[in-house]
Amino acid sequence: MNRADCRACVLACQIMIVHCNWLPDVQADVPAPVLQAEAERAAAIALAVQPSISIYGLQGKDGGSGVIVSNDGYALSNFHVTKPVGEHLHCGLPDGRLYDAVIVGLDPTGDVALIKLLGRDNFPAAELGDSDQVRIGDWCFTVGNPFLLGTDFQPSVSFGLVSGTHRYQYPSGTLLEYADCIQTDAAINPGNSGGPLFEARGRLIGINGRGSFEKRGRVNVGVGYAISINQIKNFMGYLKSGRIVDHASLGASVTTDEEGRVVVTNILRSSDAYRRGLRYGDQIVRFGGRSIRSANAFKNVLGIFPKEWRVPLSYVRDGQQFDCLVRLAGVHAHEELLSKVQGIGIQVPPPDRPPGLPDQPEEDQRKPRIPGHLNGTGEKKSMSESVAEFFEKKRGYANYYFNRLHRDRVWNAFARHGDLKNRTGTWGMTGEMTDGSTFELQLSEEAAILDSSAGRSSLDPSRPLHLQLQPLGSGGLLLALQQWHGMLASGPVQFGEVYYLGTAPVVGHAGLLDVLVITHDVIESRWYFDPNSGHLVLLEMFPDRDVDPCEVYFSEYKDVDGIMVPHRWKVQHGDEVFRIITIDDVTLPEPTENPA
Amino acid sequence: MTYSFRHFPEITCSSSPPPLGEDEVRGLENRQAIPGKLPRLVLVVILLMISPDSVLAESSFADVIIDVQPKIAKIYGAGGLRGLEAYQSGFLISSNGHILTVWSYVLDSDDVTVTLADGRRFQGDVLGTDPHLEIAVLKIEADELPHFDVEDAVDLPWGARILAFSNLFGIAVGDEQASVLHGTMAGLTRLSARQGAFAVRYQGPVYVLDAITNNPGAAGGVLTDRQGRLAGLLGKELRDARTNTWLNYALPVTELSSAVQDIVAGKMRPRTSPNTVIHPEEPWSLNEMGIVLVPNVLDKTPPFIERVIPQSPAARAGLKPDDLVVYAADHVVPSLTSLVDQVRQIERDLAIRLMVLRDGELLEVELISN
Repeated sequence: MNRADCRACVLACQIMIVHCNWLPDVQADVPAPVLQAEAERAAAIALAVQPSISIYGLQGKDGGSGVIVSNDGYALSNFHVTKPVGEHLHCGLPDGRLYDAVIVGLDPTGDVALIKLLGRDNFPAAELGDSDQVRIGDWCFTVGNPFLLGTDFQPSVSFGLVSGTHRYQYPSGTLLEYADCIQTDAAINPGNSGGPLFEARGRLIGINGRGSFEKRGRVNVGVGYAISINQIKNFMGYLKSGRIVDHASLGASVTTDEEGRVVVTNILRSSDAYRRGLRYGDQIVRFGGRSIRSANAFKNVLGIFPKEWRVPLSYVRDGQQFDCLVRLAGVHAHEELLSKVQGIGIQVPPPDRPPGLPDQPEEDQRKPRIPGHLNGTGEKKSMSESVAEFFEKKRGYANYYFNRLHRDRVWNAFARHGDLKNRTGTWGMTGEMTDGSTFELQLSEEAAILDSSAGRSSLDPSRPLHLQLQPLGSGGLLLALQQWHGMLASGPVQFGEVYYLGTAPVVGHAGLLDVLVITHDVIESRWYFDPNSGHLVLLEMFPDRDVDPCEVYFSEYKDVDGIMVPHRWKVQHGDEVFRIITIDDVTLPEPTENPA
Repeated sequence: MTYSFRHFPEITCSSSPPPLGEDEVRGLENRQAIPGKLPRLVLVVILLMISPDSVLAESSFADVIIDVQPKIAKIYGAGGLRGLEAYQSGFLISSNGHILTVWSYVLDSDDVTVTLADGRRFQGDVLGTDPHLEIAVLKIEADELPHFDVEDAVDLPWGARILAFSNLFGIAVGDEQASVLHGTMAGLTRLSARQGAFAVRYQGPVYVLDAITNNPGAAGGVLTDRQGRLAGLLGKELRDARTNTWLNYALPVTELSSAVQDIVAGKMRPRTSPNTVIHPEEPWSLNEMGIVLVPNVLDKTPPFIERVIPQSPAARAGLKPDDLVVYAADHVVPSLTSLVDQVRQIERDLAIRLMVLRDGELLEVELISN
């Protein structure tokens, strides 16, 4: 150090000393609003830091950030953070404690992972905000574990501005698409991935996971992206299902034309959009409740909804607008997604590095290491028993344990209103239909028969089911009811293959409903349950691929011999309501003896 | 109840800046090398900590930003190769479609497209440029546009909260909004103080910023104060070749306003226009000048000089191999072909003025016929 440097040092120290001496006076002069704003910011950060976690793998090599979103320990992170870590994770809380955690569900396309911390039911949880209310220019802050610095699990906080909203960022490779994301100049660095982005008051608005990096190396250059929390809210039920979930496609591609209109350039004839009337050349004007003025806006909407959801779509042809509800298809074939996730098809890229760039200098590539006490010996530890209890391996699932958990939860809540199990005999019902006819219905394992003043239709289960879609125009009402009878009488374990899909909206119902997917013979049906009442409100029966299901909306549940039975059934096929059925009388058989 | 730098006029530094050097860039700690100024510095430190920004720190900038966004333009043109983005930023400075931006290779195209914040797309014509300031004014055919007034540009005091609007990384397309970054005006200095480190023609003062504003595509964006008032033009990316660090800076619009007004008024060097071809009886040619250019291999080969014929007008004017001809007879010559076309329009018995770029500096020379 030369003389000039020494002098600068001394001066710097003097400044610090003088500054400290001055501080009390200054504080006295600080206007109250300043102190208040400062206190509010400090309080928001203090609150937001508590549920923010540092994630490490068992080997101590990989890691990132996350945030707890429920008191029982569900936490969000990035797929690209948990992927190298595996199904058993270590999570450090800011209180200095390390918890075991297990993988729950994965959304590889959206780069989201849901994990569950074990061992407590009173974890601090972040309050979820509304990311659609976020505006460019709002203050926000990130909390996380950049460069895995948080060796004592104390996260780093970085304050910034919302730089952009509803951003679309192309997939990195073939996965990790950031649609409708939030852009911020708060620092997002390697290691911040999976961590929370909070609005100024400490509500969770996003999960950080990506940045624009270029020639300046793999460090923040003022442009980071967070997956919007509203998108994750849509996917939360799917993630809790323990599945590896896919993103949606419309079955049609679009482009922005010269006049700035978004028009269909290609459409699959097998898609639901095609069946709802969408054709080549149509202009898409609204989608998912938003007006669409660019191809990016369209892709943003597609990115926030899970596969299988029905979403409102409005298109214009020859000056006339058509409104419909379109069922979204998947982006990937099931096996394709699995192979991508297993890393057979692709290498999951390191976080936040655009593809095709020259390799960074060796220094930049060096991964941060985590603290010594976690450094593995190199041998793979087996999952401890306490964790293994919450993990069940099954092909196609991130963790089948959670699928079974929710399948049973939903079914048990439904069965609480009257168990029809073992009532395998013939169910008889009489009533009226909206066409004015009266009817008599018989459901049993051997047959389904509908006798009405308009005629008779029947189903013979010994013949191919998908060819028996009576009555004409219903899309297969008898087949749907036969599935209903069989499932209720047999229960989810015996009847066929049953899995929990997650949650999805149903027209006319507030909030999201729990969905079970049931496969019996070649017939797939989806059952939508009201999470509050436990009631089955919609049964969709798909007799085949790429055809409209028969939809039966059940309502007006009434007590019959201590069992709640729906007395109003609205039957819909495609765009038409087939009949509304009103039940007058129900006859249920006595339960058969429970087979040993 | 607000605190303002105006309470301490002796430390405001922007309204009439003294000649500034490298020291100012380094920031405050160098200022009190003069012991007598120490208490004043402490004031600065304290003021920075409790500056009026803190009062508004928790309130959103969203309303300010909404007013600025419609004035931002996304500009698309030449480029697209690795490290050469085919886009930059700009902002409206008149209701009838004048756009201020930086002069760069992006504008070096016959097809410059401008997208406004509402998603409308226009053909952009380069109305004029200033080679020393490296700025350009584009014109689009539109009116009743929201815009900044260059004459109303403000000077930023040290420590002022700034907002930087640009289409960095080309993130926004169509009617999507420009990206906004926040930061502080960290220093006012001249880039020439670091001459050699930065290859830059602009010699005037710049605002040095503590936000990473100068990303790819950000050049031409606007720097405002926290009320959204026009203050600066985001400069091109600048890397210090010795330290491999990148500078985040903006050109004060108050330094540019007279040049901008000249360009808008048509007093400044317009771009080569194919519509005004003149055919002199005995024109200049490269041969007559004594210049051999590099082979014309590309659509737009830059007019680099390969060889200078001894004793020729070019040799007498001091031109050298590797000089890049930027202007000929006050016209921008972005390509070899445009240089050939331009010199053909000048009578040989008149002197022809060339501006060349040599080692990052512009030189003006005059060639006189033998």
